[in-house]
Amino acid sequence: MAIDAATVRKVARLARIAVPEERLDPMAQELSGILQWIEQLAEVDTDGVEPMTSAVAATLPLREDVVTDGGDSSRVLSNAPRTVDGFYVVPKVVE
Amino acid sequence: MSDLTSLTLKGALDGLRSKAFSSVELTQAHVDAVEAARALNAFVLETPDKALEMARAADRRIASGEAGRLEGVPLGIKDLFCTEGVRSTACSNILTPFVPTYESTVTANLFRDGAVMLGKLNMDEFAMGSSNETSAFGPVVNPWRINGGNQALTPGGSSGGSASAVAADLCLGATATDTGGSIRQPAAFTGTVGIKPTYGRCSRWGIVAFASSLDQAGPIAKTVEDAAILLTSMAGHDPKDSTSLPVETPDFVPFVGKSVKGLRIGVPKEYRVDGMPAEIEALWQQGIEWLRDAGCEIVEVSLPHTKYALPAYYIVAPAEASSNLARYDGMRYGLRAEGANLTEVYENTRAQGFGEEVKRRILIGTYVLSAGYYDAYYLKAQKVRRRIADDFDEAWKTCDALLTPTAPSAAFALGERNADPIAMYLNDVFTVTTNLAGLPSISVPAGLDAQGLPLGLQVIGRALDEGTVFSVAGALEKAAGFRAKAERWW
Repeated sequence: MAIDAATVRKVARLARIAVPEERLDPMAQELSGILQWIEQLAEVDTDGVEPMTSAVAATLPLREDVVTDGGDSSRVLSNAPRTVDGFYVVPKVVE
Repeated sequence: MSDLTSLTLKGALDGLRSKAFSSVELTQAHVDAVEAARALNAFVLETPDKALEMARAADRRIASGEAGRLEGVPLGIKDLFCTEGVRSTACSNILTPFVPTYESTVTANLFRDGAVMLGKLNMDEFAMGSSNETSAFGPVVNPWRINGGNQALTPGGSSGGSASAVAADLCLGATATDTGGSIRQPAAFTGTVGIKPTYGRCSRWGIVAFASSLDQAGPIAKTVEDAAILLTSMAGHDPKDSTSLPVETPDFVPFVGKSVKGLRIGVPKEYRVDGMPAEIEALWQQGIEWLRDAGCEIVEVSLPHTKYALPAYYIVAPAEASSNLARYDGMRYGLRAEGANLTEVYENTRAQGFGEEVKRRILIGTYVLSAGYYDAYYLKAQKVRRRIADDFDEAWKTCDALLTPTAPSAAFALGERNADPIAMYLNDVFTVTTNLAGLPSISVPAGLDAQGLPLGLQVIGRALDEGTVFSVAGALEKAAGFRAKAERWW
């Protein structure tokens, strides 16, 4: 399926990536090329085929619902762009 | 460089145990080799002080008789692995300021066994690429050149730094990761050995995530035996990764050199693609003859959905990547760009932090997962993936392992293929099937093409049957007698 500049703008917004106006058309062409190549999957008969969800069959393990880590805010915050008094500092979320 | 850097990992372990040299001597020789090889751009961070400190500790353990199975051998670590207190970036600008406060399970396992870290290795950004050209630190250069030429060639990707460093004798082995072929294709391009184990053998904990249902760690090494030594240390069940398989890790080393007599080797007829050089076809036939001579029975098999593996991969991998990479929001770690409001901060951070190929894949992934398209793309791809896995299950009824080429070409020039994303994706046509099916697969150097560049053969095994894969790879290595090294120009 070919996608147009408007679709790229919408998808880029969903993905939270700023795409400059002049890149929308070239990006639409690139993505359309890839999606058209992917379209060949339509040839494969998948009626009644269960989708694969894991490469090697395994059930997800459960563990005790107890605290195993934490209580170390300095390590958690050590890579933060901005912190104050043991808190992350982020742009205003609610106007 | 010195004789110490031309050793295999096994040779170095023997020398350390017999006290022919110390880990400090061995490590210093490699530190010097790394410094002298900056033209290859294989390392994005050199950690010589840490390496020598680890080497001194290893020498103390060797002296006191407490040596681990990798005691004192210097390795390179792909920058996708989080290393405690050592910058880990996935070669992306969005993580350039990131210093983990924890150690990935795989590197922790290697260090538990006494390995020494020389530094962090270059790679495609977030492991998305087949030529190392998407790295924020610039491409790695392959130590190999065509006969009489001086054009810079790609070492392949995404584990290009790992492959280049091992091929150039900068380290005795390296960690790598493989989502669609990122261990095996670079190994083939550089005359090294690389194995992607069964999905779930190695813990993914602490490895920067790309496509979680496909990502697996493995080693790149100089020999099949070295790869077996490294994988034995790297693998193992880890409760911190829910997809890590709760199975014992065998010692893989005894499988190397084991007779392959009586094994049935499948040759999949679909692994012939248009435009594949005749030399690769000829090498494949040679590999078949080598295994026949070693007592294997050769069986033609069919994997009819092979051609659909790459398109399925380019739905599944970008979909999972778009989800995994949503965490890079500029709030808790990594780059934060300015913006007029919160949304703009997110959008500018991600626009500045991610490179073009990563953005392309995030957008594809976001599109195929967006409302109304999930069934047509992601669900369809997961059904095709099941068909590909079923093809292998059918093949295992008549054979014990498969032999294929690793890549459809030898190493190509940097810049030659990055204009067309699909042309680049086709590099992984023979490797991506086993990521989708979760199977172990290895690349072994098997010969040189007419231009003097290495070519690899791939052996694929049943899930959790790395043992047979190592045995067949060992037989190929022995028959090929591949000893060529890149002539030193760096």
